Amino acid sequence: MTPTGIVQDEQQRPEGWNRPPLIEPEGDGDLLEVAMGPHHPSTHGVFRMDVVLDGERVIRLKPVFGYLHRNHEKLAEGMSYLASMPFTDRLDYICPMTNNWAYAIAVEKLTGQEVPERAQYLRVIVGELTRLQNHASAIGFLIQEMGASGTPLMYAFKAREKILDLFEALTGARMMVNYMRFGGCRVDATPAWLDATRKVVEELPQFVDEFENLLTGNEILMARTQGVGILPAALAVNAGITGPMLRASGVNYDIRKVDNYGIYDRFKFRVPLGEHGDVYDRFMIRFLEIRESLSILNQALKEIPGGPVMDPKAKIRGFRPKVGEAYGRIEAPKGELGFYLISDGEPNPYRYRIRPPSLINLTVLEDMCLGQNVADVVLIFGSVDIVLGEVDR
Amino acid sequence: MKSVEEIKAAIEAAVPGAGVAILTNPSVSGQHSLRLAPDHAVEVATFLRDDAELALDFMSNATGVDWPDKEITEKVKVTRTVMKTVDGVEQSVEETVEETKKRVEPGCLEAVYHLFSVAKGHGPVVIRMKTGNRVDEVELPSLTPVWRSAEFQEREIFDLFGIVFKGHPDLRRLLMWDEFKDHPMRRDYVEPDDFEYEPTAHDEVMKRAQEQRAALAGAEAGAVAGPEGACA
Repeated sequence: MTPTGIVQDEQQRPEGWNRPPLIEPEGDGDLLEVAMGPHHPSTHGVFRMDVVLDGERVIRLKPVFGYLHRNHEKLAEGMSYLASMPFTDRLDYICPMTNNWAYAIAVEKLTGQEVPERAQYLRVIVGELTRLQNHASAIGFLIQEMGASGTPLMYAFKAREKILDLFEALTGARMMVNYMRFGGCRVDATPAWLDATRKVVEELPQFVDEFENLLTGNEILMARTQGVGILPAALAVNAGITGPMLRASGVNYDIRKVDNYGIYDRFKFRVPLGEHGDVYDRFMIRFLEIRESLSILNQALKEIPGGPVMDPKAKIRGFRPKVGEAYGRIEAPKGELGFYLISDGEPNPYRYRIRPPSLINLTVLEDMCLGQNVADVVLIFGSVDIVLGEVDR
Repeated sequence: MKSVEEIKAAIEAAVPGAGVAILTNPSVSGQHSLRLAPDHAVEVATFLRDDAELALDFMSNATGVDWPDKEITEKVKVTRTVMKTVDGVEQSVEETVEETKKRVEPGCLEAVYHLFSVAKGHGPVVIRMKTGNRVDEVELPSLTPVWRSAEFQEREIFDLFGIVFKGHPDLRRLLMWDEFKDHPMRRDYVEPDDFEYEPTAHDEVMKRAQEQRAALAGAEAGAVAGPEGACA
């Protein structure tokens, strides 16, 4: 029986196109076509996977996007550069700080605006805190999807709450921070805030140890994740996968090291790599990256200099960049977050494009799920770590 | 990394008649781009990916840009012969006047790709292609066979800008629903008055469910004479 509806067999595949062969059903039993989502609890929002099953085995999978599409790019083209800054918070709402940072970097490339020392350090501090809480909650969600309802996620959120409290003290908002400006940061951190951050960073390794002890050696977790959802390195590079997912497949590519944007060349940190590219590696990479983030945070908090966080003469409102274009990118917790801007000399961008890591990391979902059990689809999907606000934009 | 001029020379050495042009970027970012002729774009892209020195194996960002028709108003000096009465005698005199002329510069759609190298750690190299116009010549070759990361991003460009990628294996709308007619990221897009119409798959699913129910009922009727038969 052939599947109907949206899930169809694609016959026309260009030669050399990097795709695994489709799996043919065994025997002559009926195939089952399931629409997982858009309101499936594991999809973290509204997202649909049209899955064709042969018994329990996945033989086709098509992701369907767009339920949260609001054409953010079009909105941004109708308003000034600064006015889009608060909207970037809403892209990947788990990591608003890094979204701000990527946009600020793109505009700074376009205008040539310099960033003061202290602002660079503050950006690194809030950026790494964001990475830390994102990875902790990603692990929590992954375990939740495995069926360990509640407890591990609440452990992760306990750490996340402390970081969100810091964000609230610094910016006035827990999640919609709107913190960065072109050429600096909106407000300076007080010495009391820095002390509070030092205290949180001091306490965090204990949390990571505890969390890791609870999970990594767990037999059920290993049985469910090892050898599941393997992503080969060659495919990962060709498909544009970035972030922890790419490094779990063993490819050494971290934009913090490659581009050395901001002041990342001043810090000593390692880039953890996976070996197998399965769900377990993606899970472990996030633990290892949390530890590296903590090391960067310790260095940054030690070295942070005094001074302004913003050039007082810098024009942040109503400026007109020269005609031209710029592509700026950073290593966001989920992967490469890039902003591509074209200026035609007006106060608003002519073209404003976001390169969303969540969307592009999802494009290999079918490759990872083919031949796996349907129960593992949820797990593989969770290991990608996406936020739908960024996928659909 | 090589400069754009060197990359252009390398491409022209490898793919004869490639038709590559350099577009200078006056912004401080200094990210100049290469415009490829659509006919040889796939060959050039394959060369950029496979060349040992460039090794641009990672196509990070693909997007569209809309350049609508531009009406340009120019002042042109025109010499005309006019009849004038000079000293009581009517005669033709040459006179130079300024005239405003309007001309329309045809627009186009553009696809922009940002390439990086994972193996060498350099980038970005920006390549772009443009269509003939915005109405009927909107076809460009798909680069999905070269970089798989183009697959969904080209679908998004097709959806939002209306560029048709030839050779794309699965060119459907990505973000808007399949029945949607327009391309929202174009500069001249006008929002519809009525946003309430939102077709869903329910009708089709309902039809299939009814067919299946009818088929089942038919099968049962054949086996146990059906519920009506039992009542009678």
